[in-house]
Amino acid sequence: MIRLENLTKLYGSFVAVDDISLHVPKGVLYGCLGPNGAGKTTTLRMIAGILRPSNGRVLLGGDDVHENPMVAKRRLGFIPDRPFVYDKLTGAEFLRFVAGLYGQDGDAVERRMNELLEVFELTSWKDELVEAYSHGMRQKLIISSALIHRPECIVVDEPMVGLDPKAARLLKDIFRQFVDKGGTVLMSTHTLEVAEAMCDRIAIIQHGKIVAAGTMEEIRAQTAAGGSVGLEELFLKLTGGVHARELAEVLGS
Amino acid sequence: MRQPSLAQVLQPKWRTALQRLREERSGGGGKIVLLSAVGFGFWAAVFGVLYRVLKYFRGVEELGPLLAAKLLGLVLLSFISILILSNVITALSSFFLAKDLDLLVSAPVDWLRLYLAKLGETLLHSSWMVALMAVPILAAYGVIYHGGWLFPLYAVFTILPMLVLPAVLGCAVTLVLVNVFPARRTRDLLSIIALGAAGVLILLFRLIRPEQLARPEGFRNLLDFITVLRTPTSPFLPSEWATNAIMNYLREIPDPLPLLLLWTTAAGVVTLGALLHRELFATGFTKAQEGAERFIRGTLWRWTVGSLLRPLPAAKREFVLKDIKLFFRDTTQWSQLILLAVLVVVYLFNIKALPLFRGEQVPFFYVTLVSFLNLGLSGFVLASIAARFIFPAVSLEGRQMWLLRSSPLDLRALLWSKYWVGTVPLLVLALLLTGATNLLLKATPFMMIVSLATICALTLAIAAMALGFGALYPQFETENAAQIPTSFGGLVFMMATIVLLAVVIVVLARPVYVYMSTVNAGLPVRMDASMIAAFAAAATLCAAATVIPLRVGLKKMESFEF
Repeated sequence: MIRLENLTKLYGSFVAVDDISLHVPKGVLYGCLGPNGAGKTTTLRMIAGILRPSNGRVLLGGDDVHENPMVAKRRLGFIPDRPFVYDKLTGAEFLRFVAGLYGQDGDAVERRMNELLEVFELTSWKDELVEAYSHGMRQKLIISSALIHRPECIVVDEPMVGLDPKAARLLKDIFRQFVDKGGTVLMSTHTLEVAEAMCDRIAIIQHGKIVAAGTMEEIRAQTAAGGSVGLEELFLKLTGGVHARELAEVLGS
Repeated sequence: MRQPSLAQVLQPKWRTALQRLREERSGGGGKIVLLSAVGFGFWAAVFGVLYRVLKYFRGVEELGPLLAAKLLGLVLLSFISILILSNVITALSSFFLAKDLDLLVSAPVDWLRLYLAKLGETLLHSSWMVALMAVPILAAYGVIYHGGWLFPLYAVFTILPMLVLPAVLGCAVTLVLVNVFPARRTRDLLSIIALGAAGVLILLFRLIRPEQLARPEGFRNLLDFITVLRTPTSPFLPSEWATNAIMNYLREIPDPLPLLLLWTTAAGVVTLGALLHRELFATGFTKAQEGAERFIRGTLWRWTVGSLLRPLPAAKREFVLKDIKLFFRDTTQWSQLILLAVLVVVYLFNIKALPLFRGEQVPFFYVTLVSFLNLGLSGFVLASIAARFIFPAVSLEGRQMWLLRSSPLDLRALLWSKYWVGTVPLLVLALLLTGATNLLLKATPFMMIVSLATICALTLAIAAMALGFGALYPQFETENAAQIPTSFGGLVFMMATIVLLAVVIVVLARPVYVYMSTVNAGLPVRMDASMIAAFAAAATLCAAATVIPLRVGLKKMESFEF
């Protein structure tokens, strides 16, 4: 469903994403992990068509996002890490607007909108201007907007940031059901427990390159780790662990 | 505990400013050269005009110094009025809405330091333009009255407390208002009050017809006139003290009282302002965190504009609806329409007040000339409006560009929506302005048709240029739409528009001249080849100025990265 071919992004001489190739099959929840500044967000923004790759290409359902954007983007729902929305629109107006961007309107959109607002407990806020929403409520609204046009795949950057435990659980269930029904999710996260519990496959990115990818078993095999080693251990082993002694010294000083 | 210095509290601000300056420098010398050239040109023009006026005053016995002092008093008084308005608005941002406040308020920085730092920030932001404007004015006074090398220093020493006073007053007014209303409501309220006040001032100033004062029959006798000049506008106004301080220095009258008044009042007012801040800031800052919650159904828009737009595809329709809603829900945006309406009234009043219809016979030559040249002036007014409302359109989408770029929205549809949402009201205004002016002037049908057709073509081009240049020089970081047109891109847009207006007027001058000569000679007007060629050339120019900027803007938007 999502295919990255030799994807590279340069900012001047700095290589943010370095020749990444990845295939996310249909019906899979794929996690993207990596330390801060590893290139996860840049990769996801290239998949969403917001950034142009310096090299390589992104295919969504076989269509190139940059060559054939109108077809490819119809399949996609993108959820960014920072919830910037129009402050002077109400929640309902924002959702109608997003549906319009995907060429959808009418009663079907109204029904879908009401369903989504109900699920995310925003119904009583639907006619309130977004400027009055909290960070978490904005995040819920953006997630609703990514689902309003019934996408085939969702690309989501740090989905749990700002969500309360109930909403976080809800989101996990939504993604799981979405994938079970044949949808595809590619998400980046720092929460290793979330990744371990939710994702069918995981890619670990460091310095713009994929250092390990596959199911948990496959990653364990790639890193020659034992069968009981958890994702946190694997992640620290691959990305360079934090030395507890140094930390204690810093905190103690 | 040792408190951080004021410079340290304001460090993020001045370091950011320095970094911006460095980025500007590395961006190429052309920008700096252009900005400096425009700035110096403006300074030179102000200096030149005032130099001539003061030189003339200097030549007048007795009355000369009085006139010069009165003029300076008026200038400084208008500066103070502007400063109070701008300080009130700036104080709201720097004291209650700025992003660094959470950090500063949560840090162990004492109230006085916070107040002084924010007061300094407010003063700088709201007064820099007025201070720069004062430079050529005071320079002209210094040169004419031989102020000497120490005069610039003395002038700074005099003007500084005059800038502090409105800053403290503005901050205090804001502080009280925020304690009464939530900050976001206060911002709405302030922008309406400030612009409404400015509008009324302009209207009043125009309606009293100041040009009549220049007529000699306006004064009963010389003594009356001198008495009026000698009386201070108000002895309690700081602008009067500053005027006296400067004129005393220039006329070598040893009187330290005005300076003393300025500095002691400034010190006293800062102390009072600080005490008020200590009492009210904490509650005001808490109130500022409250959102202005409003329950809006928006059904009215859907029924009216939405129904009108029904034939459009969903994406375009929703985009246009969204743009209109955002405009009318943001008070800082629509409130500027108040000022716009006032300016249009003043414009039409000026046309009406032109001394064209003194005699019984309507002077055809002047009417046609004014009607023709009015095209340029209307074009300039429209360009200023486009700079304020259409130029920022692309920049204002910056933060939401993630949504627009990740959706299958064709950027052409986005540009199309922005173009028509901006152009339609501009076109209505252009037709009203030109039509009403021509009616007031009693212009001939030929001039009416030429003016209306030209202003239509020019409006389409001006709107396209505003959008195109706005995309070429986007300001994605600026949240305040009103600041976007004052950027470098805004300046380039205005200059490009002036060039277009000038070229179109020059091209059309020939057919209009031929028309005037034919009518004057009493011959029937005929459209000859040269006239048709000129009209075609003007139309082609406007068409090119419409299509090219939109294409270039679209290309630039396609390359945006976020």
